Amino acid sequence: MAEDELKLLGMWASPFVIRVRMMLEEKGLSYEYIEQDLFNKSELLLKHNPIHKKVPVLIHGDRDICESLVILQYIDEKWSGTGPPVLPVDPYDRAIARFWALYIDDKLLPSFIGFMKAATEEAKAEKIADTQTALELLEGAFQKCSAGKDFFGGDSTGYLDVTLGSHLAWIKTTEIMSGAKLLDETKVPLLVDWAKRFITLDCAKKTLPSVDRVEKYARELQVTRWKVATAN
Amino acid sequence: MAETVKLLGTKGSPYSHRAEVALRLKEVNFEFLHEDLAHKSDMLLRYNPIHKKIPVLVHEEKSIVESLIVVEYVHEAFNGYAILPSDPYERAMARFWARYIDEKVIPAFWMSCWTDGEMQKGFIGQAKEALTILESQLKGKKFFGGDSIGFVDLAAGMVAFWFGILQEVAGISLLNEEDYPVLCRWADDYCSVEAVKESLLDRKLLVAHFASKKEKIFATKAPVYD
Repeated sequence: MAEDELKLLGMWASPFVIRVRMMLEEKGLSYEYIEQDLFNKSELLLKHNPIHKKVPVLIHGDRDICESLVILQYIDEKWSGTGPPVLPVDPYDRAIARFWALYIDDKLLPSFIGFMKAATEEAKAEKIADTQTALELLEGAFQKCSAGKDFFGGDSTGYLDVTLGSHLAWIKTTEIMSGAKLLDETKVPLLVDWAKRFITLDCAKKTLPSVDRVEKYARELQVTRWKVATAN
Repeated sequence: MAETVKLLGTKGSPYSHRAEVALRLKEVNFEFLHEDLAHKSDMLLRYNPIHKKIPVLVHEEKSIVESLIVVEYVHEAFNGYAILPSDPYERAMARFWARYIDEKVIPAFWMSCWTDGEMQKGFIGQAKEALTILESQLKGKKFFGGDSIGFVDLAAGMVAFWFGILQEVAGISLLNEEDYPVLCRWADDYCSVEAVKESLLDRKLLVAHFASKKEKIFATKAPVYD
């Protein structure tokens, strides 16, 4: 493979993959996307991510980079002169962005996925409440990071925009499946506006799956993997 | 004006250790504020309201939390010693392995110490595999960072100093010279680095600390690092 060829091993529903695709799109970088079947892992995936056997894997020439947030920072540093910056320049702003990205994946994601895996109404309600709490904290984060501008990254989308943006399809699916409002304009108005703006961007339109598709997939997982009885 | 740098932490915590070593490598003048985790200070709650954990770095009244984020911040904000490599791919590898230590090595080792029966066997298997993979990353180098310590070495500080203590208190032998000669040699070298030595508590004190908390940790599986 040519030295500068880019390939991405991914899966259409994975927010971790989606955020990398969003950033590659924002940077205007062309790459070959190779969809993976995570229930039947390919030789290619096992070869390029032998340790975790997960997606995304960015293959750059003969090098493999794994873990979505590691990949985003790699893209930032390798292509710093191309397209918008991924992380801010100031060390403190970078630390804040890194903190909230971890929070999104460690607290927000387990909350709404936890809802999907919950067996009882009580457990479901608890997870919805956790999700709402996390989003309220992220509202504060948006206020701080955006400093009055359109995105977490300021004038252009950055690290946090794609990290949170990559979860939008699943968040909306959770709203439909729970009947609860998560992106509630009375509780998180800034995030609601940000989300409306974000989904109109090319990077989002080209990578976010439809809510219908995610819902169908989530319901399949509930039956086949998470062994949770569904209401329908 | 002198820089006001404060580190809220504890000497018993391997996470606090990462931040402290980073500051010492950069020769930053800082004030170490020892936290009593059983009675968290107003300062800690103010500077880390979300997680209420240490370490917290306070620099010019701004707070930075999460140990690896603190280390990256120290690398970027202060001149001098390069904690992370300059090449983007090498950096990506450093970040990858630091996460691996946090997500695979430490949890498996910790649970190996504080469980028993079949459950413990399972965790020991995981820990052994993770340590083998970690050891292979040294690949003939003195440190994970090469000739001098770097990001991954700091992330692995718990392996170098705390693992021996924990397994002694727990009565198991997981990280030993026979099974992991390269990793054990690295651990000795790491603990001999000046900036690391200055950050470490006396081994006997730490053994006594964990021994005194043994029953509590066994019951809750939660770390007690103060």
